[in-house]
Amino acid sequence: MAEERRQKQCSVVMPTESMKAMAESVGVGQLQEDSCVALSEEVSYRIKEIVQDALKFMHHGKRRKLTTNDIDHALKLKNVEPLYGFQSQEFIPFRFASGGGRELHFYEEKEVDLSDIINTPLPRVPLDVSLKAHWLSIDGVQPAIPENPPPAPKEQQKSEFTEPLKVVKPGQEEEGSIQAKGQGATSAEGLGRCPNRTEKGSIRIKPRSTHELSVEQQLYYKEITEACVGSCEAKRAEALQSIATDPGLYQMLPRFSTFISEGVRVNVVQNNLALLIYLMRMVKALMDNPTLYLEKYLHELIPAVVTCIVSKQLCLRPDVDNHWALRDFAARLMAQSCKTFSTTNNNIQSRITKTFTKSLLDEKTQWTTRYGCIAGLAELGPDVIKTLIIARLSVEGARIKAVMEGPVVSNIDKIGAEHVQSLLLKHCASVIAKTRPLPDVVDQYRTDYGYLGPMLCSHVVKARAQAALQAQQVNRTTLTITQPRPTLTVSQSTLGVSSGPRTPSIIKVPSSLALMSTRPGTPTQPSPPTTKYIVMATSAGAASTQQVITLSSAQSGSPVTSTVPSTPSTLQPLVKLESSSTAGMSRPLQKYIVVSLPSSSSVDSKGSGVLPASTSPISVEQSVKLERSESPAASTQSPH
Amino acid sequence: MAAVQDGQVESDAEKETKPDASNDVAGNSSGGARSMSPNAASSASGAAKAAAPTGPGEQQTLLAVLQFLKRSKLLESVDILRREAGLSDELDESQTNDGAAAGSGAGSQGEGSVDAASLLRRVSVGGAAATNIAATTTSKGAEDQPDVSIVLSAYSQQGDPALYQVYYSGLKNFIESVLDCHRAELSQLFYPLFVHMYLELVYNNHEHEAKVFFEKFSGDQECYYRDDLRVLSGLTKKEHMKGNETLLDFRTSKFVLRISRDSYQLLKRHLQERQNNQIWLIIQEHLYIDIFDGMPRSKSQIDSMSGSLAGEARREANKAKVYYGLLKEPEIEVPLDDEDDEAENEEGKPKKKKPKKDNLGSKNKKQDPNAPQQNRIPLPELKDSDKLDKIMSMKEATKKIRLGPDTLPSICFYTFLNAYQGLTSVDVTDDSSLIAGGFADSTVRVWSVTPKKLRKVKSAADLNLIDKEADDVLERIMDEKTASESKILYGHSGPVYGISFSPDRNYLLSSSEDGTVRLWSLQTFTCLVGYKGHNYPVWDTQFSPYGYYFVSGGHDRIARLWATDHYQPLRMFAGHLADITCTHFHPNSNYVATGSADRTVRLWDVLNGNCVRIFSGHKGPIHSLAFSPNGKYVASGATDGRVLLWDIGHGLMIGELKGHTDTVYALKFSRDGEILASGSMDGTVRLWDALKAFDVETDDFTAATGHIHLPDNSQELLLGTYMTKSTPVIHLHFTRRNLLLAAGGYNSQ
Repeated sequence: MAEERRQKQCSVVMPTESMKAMAESVGVGQLQEDSCVALSEEVSYRIKEIVQDALKFMHHGKRRKLTTNDIDHALKLKNVEPLYGFQSQEFIPFRFASGGGRELHFYEEKEVDLSDIINTPLPRVPLDVSLKAHWLSIDGVQPAIPENPPPAPKEQQKSEFTEPLKVVKPGQEEEGSIQAKGQGATSAEGLGRCPNRTEKGSIRIKPRSTHELSVEQQLYYKEITEACVGSCEAKRAEALQSIATDPGLYQMLPRFSTFISEGVRVNVVQNNLALLIYLMRMVKALMDNPTLYLEKYLHELIPAVVTCIVSKQLCLRPDVDNHWALRDFAARLMAQSCKTFSTTNNNIQSRITKTFTKSLLDEKTQWTTRYGCIAGLAELGPDVIKTLIIARLSVEGARIKAVMEGPVVSNIDKIGAEHVQSLLLKHCASVIAKTRPLPDVVDQYRTDYGYLGPMLCSHVVKARAQAALQAQQVNRTTLTITQPRPTLTVSQSTLGVSSGPRTPSIIKVPSSLALMSTRPGTPTQPSPPTTKYIVMATSAGAASTQQVITLSSAQSGSPVTSTVPSTPSTLQPLVKLESSSTAGMSRPLQKYIVVSLPSSSSVDSKGSGVLPASTSPISVEQSVKLERSESPAASTQSPH
Repeated sequence: MAAVQDGQVESDAEKETKPDASNDVAGNSSGGARSMSPNAASSASGAAKAAAPTGPGEQQTLLAVLQFLKRSKLLESVDILRREAGLSDELDESQTNDGAAAGSGAGSQGEGSVDAASLLRRVSVGGAAATNIAATTTSKGAEDQPDVSIVLSAYSQQGDPALYQVYYSGLKNFIESVLDCHRAELSQLFYPLFVHMYLELVYNNHEHEAKVFFEKFSGDQECYYRDDLRVLSGLTKKEHMKGNETLLDFRTSKFVLRISRDSYQLLKRHLQERQNNQIWLIIQEHLYIDIFDGMPRSKSQIDSMSGSLAGEARREANKAKVYYGLLKEPEIEVPLDDEDDEAENEEGKPKKKKPKKDNLGSKNKKQDPNAPQQNRIPLPELKDSDKLDKIMSMKEATKKIRLGPDTLPSICFYTFLNAYQGLTSVDVTDDSSLIAGGFADSTVRVWSVTPKKLRKVKSAADLNLIDKEADDVLERIMDEKTASESKILYGHSGPVYGISFSPDRNYLLSSSEDGTVRLWSLQTFTCLVGYKGHNYPVWDTQFSPYGYYFVSGGHDRIARLWATDHYQPLRMFAGHLADITCTHFHPNSNYVATGSADRTVRLWDVLNGNCVRIFSGHKGPIHSLAFSPNGKYVASGATDGRVLLWDIGHGLMIGELKGHTDTVYALKFSRDGEILASGSMDGTVRLWDALKAFDVETDDFTAATGHIHLPDNSQELLLGTYMTKSTPVIHLHFTRRNLLLAAGGYNSQ
């Protein structure tokens, strides 16, 4: 029984060792065991009594958390001096020293560099209490505004999907019928409301969901879709931001998903790369929205995404346009949705893997599709790479060799082969670096992996060196960055830089402010525009959010571009590094930004002049700081 | 106001006498016991009541007071008291030393010390100032007195500790074997017996046996007692028993059970057959069994009523007549809607009567048979400004939306953003123009939610300069430079747990952890008075609907009635067994309802200080109360997330609203009483169909016995649930047009 379990918790007493320790701290040396037992019982009783009183203060403070203040007040009730010093975030800061027969408590002060203080931006002034009014309900209907929680919370959307025949709780049912009313569907009101009232508790078929949108929602849909595929980049950014954050989109989700799938269908035929990119970014934004549960619409979204990964042709000029970036981006989306939505029921991941593998094994597959398959598989994680890609390295190597060294075929094939090669090297090197034991012998690699062996070998060596260097660098710089657990950082950052796309890897070059993404980020419009985009992974864990940053000026970018090929591959620009994963979760600032130069090789230096955005670096006027806590909503601490 | 002060500060119905209690000493002490209560000015009226029957409890109380005074070396006071009470020295001595007799008398220990406090304050006005402080501490300091050992010594009877388990399981087996209809009733015995047997074991130093006993049987107890059991489980030593309030509650108040005569006979026969004296003694001494004739109650009936710290309310406790009707509204010329221009219809001008106006007034013309007399409690005269306000509210009322299940109110939610300091209380003025918030950082903030900004009155020097004859003198005294949307009031030294606007919007009350209630002027935005008396955290305070009076209640378990122009309380309502967590005035201002951590709601008569209703049934501390606008019903919400509805006239529970998953911090009826809104820690506002909830059939039998069978229809009564974004709802308010305002502090975690 729960009661008994609680009972056990209640009869807990303080350990007698604690009593001894406390006695020693006040100068009582040898404490009898009996006294310890008696003391610990007494102390436990008193502590329980105080905590029970403190609970009263918690309840009256309208909180769920017991605070140290509550304990203080409870002590005050008992006419006991409250404990001071718990306001401080840190431990009690006093240090103790004794000498010359005197005891001294002092406050340990760190040496502070004044310039550091001057240069750090001022913290924001805490905002004063303010009052904000909003409509929680209008004539009994809760309006879908940012101040209110989403009409159907994610859990409910999920449960609707997974257990559609569940008995609908009257509370939810009420909400549902009210929503129906709110959509102006007068007929739905009559139908939806009355029967619900009469047959309570009986098992009903899943309520018919109305797909009628209110006028406002229709307007919103129109604006958003136009902005997403329109020409104005600023509007698009706003629209995507809205899709990614707005809580009230649940109703419009079917429309969006149809829009995306139809859009991809049409634009693939027309080879309109720009629109495909925009649509993929919409998918990304929908996935990022924490209030949406997309599972119901995957049947429309996944084909669209897969199309963007493996389609034979995505653009009009396959030799010039960077459709590779779109494939990479879509592959990452695919991997994310596999991770989020794959269950034992739908088996998304295995079905997707099978699809990719099948066309990879096909001899007649085009280089573009081949690239997409490999990218799609590689994004699914190191395990997939190990079992499915590395095993086929020699076969693929032979195929690439045939194109590169054989008789001159079409230029397109050659470019395709080059991309596949660099993709394979990039993904496999990091995995091999972790799994394959030292030493790296070129001949050994050649026998193991065929044509790609020697190149792979140099990549692996580089990857290992990079990891080692980073570790060193981090260790050296931890003194300036207050990094509580440097060892953890090292391993994580290594992993982040070398392999996983979802692992955030953020490095900053202190001297130059050149900035680029580790890998092709969001594909941008192929024809060189004045603005460029970089997608950076900023957070850890599953819910990796990607921030789109608009960077100005293509002109200022050009001088840096020229430096890239000249950068020797051995010189690693990674200097400062800070992990953004769980260790740093509590820290509000996430300061450092990844810069990693393209992984050398002649292919890149050749291509960098032509290929924009994803591989070409862009200079930034100022070091970009991403404050995770400073999303627009959090800055005012308002509930939206 | 003198009439009010002449009343008595009486201890509550707990002191009712029991027939088998020794009544022999009551005679000579009863006069004294009564006359000690009124203040010095009214000792004559006290004497008049001396003939009233008094229990030995009050004498015991007196003796305790005397003893305390002696110990505090207040010999003068001792003499005065003794003279007034007509006690002889011998009686004093003999009683205090007679520990065994305390079994019946010590029951009023809690009240005794309370009376001591109030009495002392009056007696020693001219005496040493220190007396006051000392006296007020007695209300809590009671446990330090030797009297406590008398209280506890009732446990000193020795039984074989090993046999306790046998006794208890014997009874358990017996109860489990009786007929179903009796089993539920007799099962009520488990918890009080368990507690008292455990305490006996602990008192007699059988620590190990006590632990074993607890572990073996605590699992059998009803889940709603788990909080008390948790307290009890920590208590394993005799030394702990001193100073443990919960324990004193168990001991000083008899646990009340309601059992049908048949079941009781069954139990009695069983105990006599088995010669189970130990249990019989406990039942005799520590329990009060309220026997009724008729059908035994069902399990659900019992469960709905039990749960309080001291069992159910006795039936007699809820028999007093309560005048729950509304007072007649004063005659005010109501300007009609078509004559909107107010300037023409000022009060002084003679007005032709129009028939239409009577529609509003006619309701009030007839005196409600349940209403108290208009002057039962002296109420302040209406000022001109009050009359204007009344007119405004009546005009607004004509534009009021009729709410019902089909027309739900709109809800406007006021979110307190950036309230890192912790929002602890909120209040809204009746006309919904001001919102005040009390914060854990001891500040009180007032906001104006209308375009009209908050302004202070000019300083005295500036006031001299203005033209006092001007028509707009009230405008001119305001200092435009100070206009702002919000003002902060500093003065408390602890979290502000209760806050209340006066009906005329000139004053604001706040109660705090620092033990004071403060009255603030909303003209000058300064503190006017700090009412001291509680000395412990004051959890709630509220103005009377007619102003002038206010009530406060806190950790010291005493609710106090104050008038704004008296620095001492007019009434002290003592009787709750744990903290008073919320206080509320009846719409007719003649009664005060208090909710407590002892899980009961009590209704007190302002006129004489009597407790006229005890409502038991909550399973957790009560945190919100609301009277229906017609004064007939009261709703209460507790930490268990349930809202209970009570019929004041019959003293019955008539409804239970289940749905919230956390403490209900706010309750409010719509202006016409059709809708009950509840707000909770779980971040929802729920609307309930109040008319339907009150539409419960009560036949004469149920009314007489109070054994109501509640329909489980919460889901049908629930009209709407509105979620907030992690914002606990801590205040609700219906505007005069029936728009619902809700307020809470946004919690970013």
